[in-house]
Amino acid sequence: MLLRHTTSEIKERTALTVNPAKTCQPIGAMYAALGIHGCMPHSHGSQGCYAYHRSALTRHYKEPVIAATSAFTEGASVFGGQANLLQAIDNIFNVYNPEVIAVHTTCLSETIGDDIPQIVNKAVAEGKVPAGKHVIHANTPSYVGSHVTGFAGMTKAMVDYFAETGGPRSKTINLIPGFVEPSDMAEMRRMTAEMGLETIIFPDTSGVLNGPMTGKYRMYPPGGVTVEALRRTGCSQGTVALGRLASGDAARALDVKCKVPCQILDLPIGLAATDRFVDTLHRMAGVGVADSLTFERGQMVDIIADMHQYFYGKRVGLVGDPDQLLALTQFLVSLDMAPVYLVTGSPAGKKYEKRLRAAVEGVPQEVKIKVGGDMYLFHQWIKQAPVDLVIGNSYVKYIARDEDIPYVRHGFPILDRVGHSYFPTVGYRGGMRLLEKILDALLDRKDRDATDIGFELVM
Amino acid sequence: MASIPILKEREKQIHRKGAQPFSLTCGQHSLAGVVSQRACVFCGSRVVLYPIADALHLIHGPVGCAAYTWDIRGALSSGPELHRLSFTTDLREKDVIFGGEKKLQRALTELIDAYQPRAAFVYSTCIVGIIGDDVAAVCRQVAREKGIPVLPVHSEGFKGTKKDGYKAACEALFQLVGQGQVDRIDPCSINILGEFNIGGEAWIIKSYYEKMGVAVVATMTGDGRVDAIRRSHGAALNVVQCSGAMTTLAEMMQERYGIPYIRASYFGLEDTSKALYDVAAHFAGNPEIMTRTQSLVREEISAITPELQQIKAAVSGKRAAIYVGGAFKAFSLIKALRYLGMDVVLVGSQTGNDADYQTLREMCDDGTIILDDANPLELSKYIIEKGADLFIGGVKERPIAYKMGIGFCDHNHERKIPLAGYEGMLHFAREVYRSVTSPVWRFAPTRAAAAKEVSP
Repeated sequence: MLLRHTTSEIKERTALTVNPAKTCQPIGAMYAALGIHGCMPHSHGSQGCYAYHRSALTRHYKEPVIAATSAFTEGASVFGGQANLLQAIDNIFNVYNPEVIAVHTTCLSETIGDDIPQIVNKAVAEGKVPAGKHVIHANTPSYVGSHVTGFAGMTKAMVDYFAETGGPRSKTINLIPGFVEPSDMAEMRRMTAEMGLETIIFPDTSGVLNGPMTGKYRMYPPGGVTVEALRRTGCSQGTVALGRLASGDAARALDVKCKVPCQILDLPIGLAATDRFVDTLHRMAGVGVADSLTFERGQMVDIIADMHQYFYGKRVGLVGDPDQLLALTQFLVSLDMAPVYLVTGSPAGKKYEKRLRAAVEGVPQEVKIKVGGDMYLFHQWIKQAPVDLVIGNSYVKYIARDEDIPYVRHGFPILDRVGHSYFPTVGYRGGMRLLEKILDALLDRKDRDATDIGFELVM
Repeated sequence: MASIPILKEREKQIHRKGAQPFSLTCGQHSLAGVVSQRACVFCGSRVVLYPIADALHLIHGPVGCAAYTWDIRGALSSGPELHRLSFTTDLREKDVIFGGEKKLQRALTELIDAYQPRAAFVYSTCIVGIIGDDVAAVCRQVAREKGIPVLPVHSEGFKGTKKDGYKAACEALFQLVGQGQVDRIDPCSINILGEFNIGGEAWIIKSYYEKMGVAVVATMTGDGRVDAIRRSHGAALNVVQCSGAMTTLAEMMQERYGIPYIRASYFGLEDTSKALYDVAAHFAGNPEIMTRTQSLVREEISAITPELQQIKAAVSGKRAAIYVGGAFKAFSLIKALRYLGMDVVLVGSQTGNDADYQTLREMCDDGTIILDDANPLELSKYIIEKGADLFIGGVKERPIAYKMGIGFCDHNHERKIPLAGYEGMLHFAREVYRSVTSPVWRFAPTRAAAAKEVSP
């Protein structure tokens, strides 16, 4: 039992995080940057950071993940990283020839106070940035926020650097998908296409981090939002942003900068949230809801009806990133389940906590919530009073095993399974898949625990 | 194959064996802007010390450093599992401004009270180096209060390469060595150094020595225990695996305690046998050890030879590319692949030194590409050019191989099956066979077609 050190006795911890349920900003920024076509993410700091981020993303997506580093040494740490970044920009454009370099900072470069825009301006002045190529940046010290805010920061940078007004208003809708899987981004694109909408999705990692085997290694796979499309976001008729924490900043920035009105919604996980997503698209673009989507919605409701008897009152523990955690909680409540332990590692704020609490208001059981918690605390709660199901990333597997609880993998990172980057959990189809996973986990356990007499063919 | 641009500064780190005189630049810092496959000082320290299972490992830094090294590789333990939890001071902005010493002290105290570890390691990360927390002073104070060794590991990421992290880890370990009683240690005894018990490898190696009649005082650090390390200076010999990680400690122990050390590799039949014979030869005063070693080697090899021969028939003539951390590992891999009848067409390392690359060159056939600190573009270019069927590397290399439609074998972090010793060789051969001959590659677009296209 790997986690046998966990005890049910909870003491206030003031200086310590045990088994973190989050990681640091730069990896989120790196993931967002990979959703720009032809983009080289660049980590401005020492070389360990980006090696970890690349390994972690590689393990999660099972795809080659590129990024470059400023490779700080002690010299750079004392005298500033300007020389390193200038050399890096020069080298990257010469050797790897990207369209965009997306620089994110690390705790090291933030603390010594490197001014990225100033350095980039210098690089432009010195002719190190070829014509038609771009360097963008986001400030992502690891001691602030979490991987989710890093993602939000780099997504906002796409707006800050590229969005342009000036052209005529188009019918296009901007869609900011949030920190979700490439498969989720692809599903959102499919849904908008079903409705006949023209959309610009950013960032868009589908095709980049869930591409086909081609027989050759490509540094820049065909996917990703182009710089040209990002420019046009400023002329779109509206923006739909999914996930307040991951997408809100970029949507608001676009509104302020280019007067593109935005609707910020929760992630479209589950029936009601997907309805809101589809309805928002329908109102914003003035198009009808596609019959195919209505059909899928009906299928999803049908599945819930078929199996609702197994959901009732089931106690669920959830660990995840804020946007996912909230959407999943709302979904589970709508299934008559009882999400009783909710932990997110990311510091998401008081307002967020309020919304999470509102989501579980009708749950007839005591619900424990910790925003800015860790997995150790989550495990301790389970030890105090067990649950019927846990949902979370791969690290939750230890808890699931130690406590012998059915377990559904969801979130970031998932290191020990394949499929999450190919099959969505958003939209009606994604919801059906999520339902299937939850049902399988619950019914597999029922089968496993059944006596010979109670072991049934039809459940 | 259209050529890719190679940075001028990188040209000296790439060598094609043949007519040109050999001089490979190595041990350099990676260039700014390069997509290097290397990691940092902290990473080096963390992977070395991580498997000490009854010690507390506290990362003093922001959450990322702890999150990425949480259970970073499966170093198995036969007892306590304290090493598999992730503890961090999770430094926030105000700690960076006002200093993190008090937080560190509180965290250490809370943890030591809760878990009663035998020792504690405190890892300094980049940010701690910048804000200047006196980690050593906090460690001294807590050690005094709690009565256990609390050891600072000076592993600020920017201070060098992964290799410098190994050194920092050795220095921390050396604080423990010499603290324990040595009176009841067998005169024919060794320490196993540089073995991390991935997939239970240390257990395999230890069982060989025990069969030979050689006692093992400490394994460092696989399945490691603080008390064993504290008395490790009582061993007669240090057997150091791998080129980099623990040589420093062996040298320090030689100097302070007069314990000689030999290098060993437990990968492949040839190197495993050599390692065991070398140890037996060291205890020449006890000739029974050599006799037992001979029969052990004979038995182990004859047990696995039939299956190895079958695999050899299937994979013979296939071409392999190797890109690993330490060069010493590459030597053994070349020998093992040759035993299976395979050709090595590319070999590279992240941390090799001059002597390592000289040895590599001597071992390789003409035309073999030798690389120091390579990047994905270079690796893919040469793999396609050389028509490799198998890539042996680490985490970041696996999907590159698969994208190109060739087999892969992880020889680093993601290994679950032991590759050490004789049974390890069998596992390795099976894995190579399984990967290289997988039907999936039949559905892969031909690499020949891909090679005609220009990349990136």
